[in-house]
Amino acid sequence: MADGVTTFSGNRGLAIEEPLIFEMNAPGRVAIDLPEPGPVDADRLAGLRRATPIGLPDLSEPQVVRHYTRLSQKNYGIDTGFYPLGSCTMKHNPRLSEKMARLTGLADLHPFQPQATVQGALEVIDQLAWWLKQLTGMPAVAMSPAAGAHGEWCGLMAIRAYHEDHGEGHRRRVLVPESAHGTNPASAAMCGFTVDPVPADDQGRVDVAALKAKLGPDVACIMVTNPNTCGLFERDIIDIAAATHAAGAFFYCDGANFNAIVGRVKIADLGIDTMHINLHKTFSTPHGGGGPGAGPTVLSEKLAPYAPLPFVVHGAGGLHLVEHAAEVPESKPFGRVKGYHGQFGVFVRALAYIQSMGADGLRQASTDAVLNANYLLAELKDVLSPSFDGPCMHECLFDDRFLKDTGVTTLDFAKMLIDEGFHPMTMYFPLVVHGALLMEPTETESKETLDGFIAVIRALADKAKAGAAEEFKAAPRLTPRRRLDETLAARTPVLRWKPGANS
Amino acid sequence: MTTRFTKDHEWIKVEGSAGTVGITDYAQHALGDIVFVEPPEAGRVLKQGDDAAVVESVKAASEVYSPVSGTVTEGNAALADQPALVNESPEDQAWFYKLTLSAPAELDQLMDRAAYDAYVKGLE
Amino acid sequence: MRYLPHTESDRRAMLAAIGAKDVESLFVDVPAAARLPGPLDLPKAQGEMEVERAFQRMAMKNLSAGCAPFFIGAGIYRHHIPAAIDQLLTRGEFLTSYTPYQPEVSQGTLQYLFEFQTQVALVTGMDVANASMYDGATACAEAAAMACRVTKRKKVILSGSLHPHYRSTTETALKYTDMAAETLAPDPLAMEDLMGRVDSATACVMVQNPGFFGHVRDLAPLAAACRESGALLVVAVAEPVSLGLIAPPGAMGADIVVGEGQSLGVGLSFGGPGLGLFATRDKYVRQMPGRLAGQTVDVDGKRGFVLTLSTREQHIRREKATSNICTNSGLCALAFTMHLTMLGETGFTRLAELNHAAAVRLEGKLARLKGVKVLPDSYFNEFAVHLGEDKDAAAVVDALAAKGILAGVPASRFYPDWPELHPVLILAATETNTDADMDALVAALQGVL
Repeated sequence: MADGVTTFSGNRGLAIEEPLIFEMNAPGRVAIDLPEPGPVDADRLAGLRRATPIGLPDLSEPQVVRHYTRLSQKNYGIDTGFYPLGSCTMKHNPRLSEKMARLTGLADLHPFQPQATVQGALEVIDQLAWWLKQLTGMPAVAMSPAAGAHGEWCGLMAIRAYHEDHGEGHRRRVLVPESAHGTNPASAAMCGFTVDPVPADDQGRVDVAALKAKLGPDVACIMVTNPNTCGLFERDIIDIAAATHAAGAFFYCDGANFNAIVGRVKIADLGIDTMHINLHKTFSTPHGGGGPGAGPTVLSEKLAPYAPLPFVVHGAGGLHLVEHAAEVPESKPFGRVKGYHGQFGVFVRALAYIQSMGADGLRQASTDAVLNANYLLAELKDVLSPSFDGPCMHECLFDDRFLKDTGVTTLDFAKMLIDEGFHPMTMYFPLVVHGALLMEPTETESKETLDGFIAVIRALADKAKAGAAEEFKAAPRLTPRRRLDETLAARTPVLRWKPGANS
Repeated sequence: MTTRFTKDHEWIKVEGSAGTVGITDYAQHALGDIVFVEPPEAGRVLKQGDDAAVVESVKAASEVYSPVSGTVTEGNAALADQPALVNESPEDQAWFYKLTLSAPAELDQLMDRAAYDAYVKGLE
Repeated sequence: MRYLPHTESDRRAMLAAIGAKDVESLFVDVPAAARLPGPLDLPKAQGEMEVERAFQRMAMKNLSAGCAPFFIGAGIYRHHIPAAIDQLLTRGEFLTSYTPYQPEVSQGTLQYLFEFQTQVALVTGMDVANASMYDGATACAEAAAMACRVTKRKKVILSGSLHPHYRSTTETALKYTDMAAETLAPDPLAMEDLMGRVDSATACVMVQNPGFFGHVRDLAPLAAACRESGALLVVAVAEPVSLGLIAPPGAMGADIVVGEGQSLGVGLSFGGPGLGLFATRDKYVRQMPGRLAGQTVDVDGKRGFVLTLSTREQHIRREKATSNICTNSGLCALAFTMHLTMLGETGFTRLAELNHAAAVRLEGKLARLKGVKVLPDSYFNEFAVHLGEDKDAAAVVDALAAKGILAGVPASRFYPDWPELHPVLILAATETNTDADMDALVAALQGVL
């Protein structure tokens, strides 16, 4: 062990080794008591009864509870500590939101119950939609996208549908800044668009002249993240929007960084035509180790008719969920983006958060998020190398110039932070600076937390410059597993357990 | 035998109308540990600059562009099982494919060893 | 504000450290014309009590499934979820962690994803499964695109057995691409001829088993026909519990299996979030969408897990990625794998038998109703019934809802333009249905038919 402590069991105090469930199998154990099913009616199975065992392990409830408890203890969450993962908005997840999502009258509802029996559920969707429209100044919102990337695709599909409907189907080029999230070009490709990259200027913002030069009669839209992935507000955004519209194209805004501006800017005032909102970022629904999220997508007047099915309208007999285009003659939905009616459980949590915060709290939140990022920037700029001048928005970007000639890489630096009890910042993104370190503190971190983090970063920067490369290369040393061999994982993929093959 | 190089860091060795293509030592260094290679199948007709093969490290995926036009006669099957060969022997054992050149004059557009070495030096 | 730690003196101290006179000066890059001078004129912050009251009021307006004899399925199934699952699911280290990009501090997530992938591969009879998609419908759309990549063909045949949302989501996804969907009519009698449609231009045939109207089918002949033509067979499974009793798609020759995992662990939640399942053969793994957890070792030689084969994904391949998906359904995958772990081989098999037995009992009780005909001759826990030529299933469902019975889904909800489907009602029965529920349903149906 890196710290010299070895044990017979391999366990290390509270850090207990845990096998795979398949390695704990004792056939006949049960963790759920189910009644006797009686004989199976083979007539009704078309002779297709399963002929061989599946191979699932049998465990008891105490084993299962311990298994997942131990696994959880190998994870770092926002509940554990500071998680300054840039571009991901890892803020506190309120437990009230969890409690509301578990109310029987909201959790135990089927999407195909008669609408008269789910008026309260439709009200949740309608109220959340109302807030999202108010906060953005936009007239419509497609609620069903399941995540940010899904919302991007939804917005682009509405744009494509508009162009097709107006005899402009030849518009297939999409302008995407080089600093964009990878989802942007990937979403564009799924709409049959081609991606034309736009360079950044030396201020970390879209090169406006280059963007204007690329506009033309074959451009469907631009996709710009604002605030952008360098944590900067696009100062020329109104000019960019005007030029885009003059060229007959739309302005898609990647709203991943909406947390910086909620309650301070209505995106409608910036000339944006459509933007997705990551409820799992800005509105504090939990990331859950990778999802689920939700990506409601606001739409301008022009794009609104093309919103996908289903959507909620106010009808004579109460709220009505429109599931077929024919029900609303003026609608021209481009289709359906997923099953059922959107990420309802996520909606409940986001609405509970919004109601808790209110208009005043939301504005304070974005203000504090920006304050915290600028505080980090101010306190770290002399020891790290800030990529651009401040002020920044909700996240601050550094590059690896401060590590030049130390033998320490951005990755090594981040791994050292783990031993210090912090989650690393986002690394190597955005791609427009070398060895990026992108820090997003969010508004739910106290000054004491930030000061503790700042002190550690400063000490680590000094240490790196003092020539401790080997120590950095060896980090982390105090985690359940140390650096993992990703090359081995990719060269010889082992993507599942097989009997006798995984020890 | 002549060896020529591209600005995208492919090499091609030519004898008569038969060429062998791979990526340079500089390219394998830049990519890091190679974990996957997809060479082209025999019979594929390539134009100069076409995507001919894929080479991947853990965090990057890169296309191999054909330095010249021609018809593929063989892809290097060994690379599927041993992608690490690209790191170990980029300019010898880890050739990606062989082809029959259809426009040998294209070779004149490529760099010789000295020119490529100077080009790489300029990148550092 | 309870979620915001700063005091006014904290804010002043931080502004001083920044060298800014006020917070407004931090927003200097926002065009002045677009800056809002103060909070929007919208409702103000509320305490927990007020928010709870507002949500209770909305919850009370709904008839929750547990408060009624309940027979709705059609892609979302009500099963009993063991108490331990929600207790474990809300552990902060699971709930509040991000995608496991830093493996040293994410071994918990990575290990359960590895176990999840294994379980999905086992129950579907496939080689390999990914770490989840959004839901069953989007998994279908992704499978169609993947089949086109693998075969380098452009035609996707969508069976009438597919859930209508799976069909329309897939059609939408292909709409503005060079791929094309050929969609067959809804197929309540399982009469469609898929084999006759497969040709050398077909990238894949996509079918659902059990079908949307309930039929359980042997897909081996179709798989053979696909293989013959160089097309892939994509099988969608909307009710994964069926895999405890029915031969898995992998054993019938499927090339890709997609599905909805909601049935296990996730709960109804008004249909979202769901859990997209996606499994395939080893040889196609590099064409798969979505994340994959893989096994490796750390520098001390200990077994551990990482995200792997990431070059398929958007953050590396950008417009050439296999999909744009980033956020998936991680926590739902955890719920699924916990439920399946608690069930085990013994419990999963028994649960499936209980479900099938419930449906068989329901069919038996429905036989008392004159003119009512169960359409499929084979099914798992759900079947379509024809209520009689002049009957309107939607009106029947509304009438029963008024009596506090949630009596299935009328096919017209999905197919309003198909008059022949208006008398068709889709009924599901699971282990949660008692005999008393079934008797109440049959008696109420008798009253309105």
